[in-house]
Amino acid sequence: MEHTIPEKHYLNEATGWKSWLMTLDHKRIGILYMIMVMFSFFLGGVFALLLRWELISPDKILMGPEMYNQAFSLHGIIMIFLFIIPSIPAILGNFVMPLMIGAKDVAFPRLNLASWYIYVIGFCFAVYALFTGGIDTGWTFYTPYSNETTTAVIPILTAAFVLGFSSIFTGLNFIVTIHKLRAPGMTWFQLPLFVWAIYATALIQVLATPVLGITLALLMLERVVGIGIFDPAMGGDPVLFQHFFWFYSHPAVYIMILPGMGIISELIATFSHRRIFGYKFIAFSSLGIAFTGFLVWGHHMFVSGQSDLAAVIFSFLTFFVGIPSGIKILNWMATMYKGSISLDTPMLWALSFLILFSIGGFTGIVLGTLSIDVHLHDTYFVVSHFHYVMVGGTVMAIFGGLHYWWPKIWGRMYNETLARIAVVLIFVGFNVTFFVQFIMGTQGMPRRYYTYLPQFQGMHGFSSIGALIMGVGFLLIGIYLIHAIFKGKPAGPNPWRALTMEWETPSPPRAGNFEGAQRLTHGPYDYDKVVPENALKQYKTL
Amino acid sequence: MNQTTAHPAHLQHHFTDAHQQAESAKLGLWIFLLTEVLLFGGLFCFYAIYRSWNPDMFHNAHAFLNVWMGATNTVVLIVSSLTMALAIRSMQLGRRKHTIVFLSGTVFLACVFMVIKYFEYSHKIHLGQLPGKWYFFEGIAGTNPHIFFSAYFLMTGLHGFHVLGGIAVITWLIIKTSRGSFSPEYYTPIEMTGLYWHLVDLIWIFLFPLFYLIG
Amino acid sequence: MKDDAAQRHILPLNLYLAVGSGLLVLTVITVAVAQMDFGQMNLLIAMGIAVVKATLVAMFFMHLKYDNRIYMLVFVGSLLFLGVFIIFTMFDTLRRGDIYEEIAEPYQKEAVIYRTAETGTASSHAAADSSHNAAETETETSDH
Repeated sequence: MEHTIPEKHYLNEATGWKSWLMTLDHKRIGILYMIMVMFSFFLGGVFALLLRWELISPDKILMGPEMYNQAFSLHGIIMIFLFIIPSIPAILGNFVMPLMIGAKDVAFPRLNLASWYIYVIGFCFAVYALFTGGIDTGWTFYTPYSNETTTAVIPILTAAFVLGFSSIFTGLNFIVTIHKLRAPGMTWFQLPLFVWAIYATALIQVLATPVLGITLALLMLERVVGIGIFDPAMGGDPVLFQHFFWFYSHPAVYIMILPGMGIISELIATFSHRRIFGYKFIAFSSLGIAFTGFLVWGHHMFVSGQSDLAAVIFSFLTFFVGIPSGIKILNWMATMYKGSISLDTPMLWALSFLILFSIGGFTGIVLGTLSIDVHLHDTYFVVSHFHYVMVGGTVMAIFGGLHYWWPKIWGRMYNETLARIAVVLIFVGFNVTFFVQFIMGTQGMPRRYYTYLPQFQGMHGFSSIGALIMGVGFLLIGIYLIHAIFKGKPAGPNPWRALTMEWETPSPPRAGNFEGAQRLTHGPYDYDKVVPENALKQYKTL
Repeated sequence: MNQTTAHPAHLQHHFTDAHQQAESAKLGLWIFLLTEVLLFGGLFCFYAIYRSWNPDMFHNAHAFLNVWMGATNTVVLIVSSLTMALAIRSMQLGRRKHTIVFLSGTVFLACVFMVIKYFEYSHKIHLGQLPGKWYFFEGIAGTNPHIFFSAYFLMTGLHGFHVLGGIAVITWLIIKTSRGSFSPEYYTPIEMTGLYWHLVDLIWIFLFPLFYLIG
Repeated sequence: MKDDAAQRHILPLNLYLAVGSGLLVLTVITVAVAQMDFGQMNLLIAMGIAVVKATLVAMFFMHLKYDNRIYMLVFVGSLLFLGVFIIFTMFDTLRRGDIYEEIAEPYQKEAVIYRTAETGTASSHAAADSSHNAAETETETSDH
């Protein structure tokens, strides 16, 4: 059956640039975020490619040591503060979450728009810093170096400070929305798991981010006024800065990964056409990760000079993070077992996630072990672990989610063949880039140097080839996704035969989301009971 | 919820009724207060760590704060918190004039607090009991007394900014109330501001003994 | 609107006045007690009174006693995480140098601003200098 785009939808009900910049519609705000966040991803990706280019040879190709320090700092800062933290909650959470719970909008639409503007202000500070001397502290801003370097530390701290508020407001908004605006009859255990994940994420955002705010403010004051809290020359303690910083930034790692896990729960259930296995376990493991994430920050500081007692406690507690993560992985696999799996593009991303995130997670356990970390600290093993979790985990989930909801967002389908080629390119490119970095790390290759011993040249070159493959893959994705917005085939309301509530609306949805009050008719994963009425599957699977 | 209250002017389109809207606002505000607690929490942590490292210096330095000014300010803030609570109560009972009186009282007391704070600050600035590298006072025994004054100025300063913010918002509330924007059915902004103001009081309740009494 | 009115809990005027006076009395007590010296107990007494005052404000002025339990959860939750922050940080700061003495050494030296004032203690300056350097090498960027 041929689908058509509905005559009126949220994209054309109001027109003109002002209707976008002043919009209160959560869907449009999601798209505003998408533009900014994806541009940041592009920017951070360019820096990544420059780094890999420099590392093809131990000699200087593009950059000397100072330039290289700035490039990896900017890669980290842009990717973390501008891309990965806001990515899933602000884009897909904004667009999909209210639809999933049958709400007309988020609880505080004006605050939602304000948080986008705050994000843009933070973005501007970051770009300003980029053009006024750069930054060479790494994304962690460790004292005392960040207190002494002459690069643009203040603008970049301001950027991170401002972006933090954007994150807090988004989190606050989502918590209230999920508490108060669920469709009548929708209980907590009928929420899609993506909503649970967004909820757990939002809790971390409101609990941890204020501490980042005060930490960065203190660091700025240390630089400007010299208050003596972090600067050893002023009687301060630089290790205390690391406590302050990681009290936010370790939970922030879960801000990055939890929403990704939420997306994976949706994808696995939808494309296995099967009731999700262990719903409550997955839901509560999200909260479990959010909670334990606050107790383990000191594992970043094993060699920083913190007390031995603290190191032992933090190492011990770190292992507990593995439990809820493991629960999720096993439940997803149990969901797929005996399901009728269709390998559409979003599912391919989800499968990539399962493989790569498992590797990332297990190497995390290795690094959390105090005695091993002392040797592997600040080597490429850490770099690789981090990228397996963040790129292999979160980025796979983002792109899985974008491919999954793209027909809902724009009403049109992308080119499935190109999409599958892109998944393969990314998957292969990613492993080529980062797997050798585990090996280099165990052999002692330290991170954050523009040069290296000649024995590593083969592996570094191999890694750089992988980065190039990934770059091509992401470029391809950008091209066909943008093409789909204008020229794609109309997708219909429910191309994936999914049961969550956002698929009950036309694609794209109306400005007010639902006609009248939305009623709950079935659970989000009742694949054993219900076949959705509007599910006419046009797009053949392999 | 009956039909007559289905669409009052203050009800936004995405809420089904005024009750849902009010509850949402309240939950949102409590979460905001949670972020405030953790924001101040960083500074409390700063204080706790350095006090545990230098208990003697903190003890020596705290003697240079004026207990009576601090105690007066505590009384002022507690009374302002009481007037704020009474302002809400008056609005619940529909006594708009009383609300305006109590809100004005709150603003007045907040201003008194800031004036006393001003005298304390200017005295310290004069003596050189300043944060960090600006410190030039001599006569406090112990290591690094400037850190005590860093903590003092940061914590009372951030608190002071919150008082100033409160003054601005409550003044706006007085204007809105006198224009008749609020009623016993809808007084969410007053209630929200009240919660915020009590938190400001709450933080001072801890700052006062930590700095003025035990150092 | 009936259930709304019930939720508004209009508390009696006398209750507010009683809580207010209770807070004032406690303020007087805490100032009075602080004039005496109880050694280690000073902190405990002052904080105990502050906690009682804070509880009064939260329960009655902020209506936590009467409102939905969720607000109590949010508030107590914020204090819980603040406690984790301070206590876990103190696992480090209070126990440095348990095994290796020199790890505890570099920090808490006299700040540079005090150095210009005195001239006669060159040896202690040198010690401070070297310890600052040690602090820097030890805390070089280390994160993952």
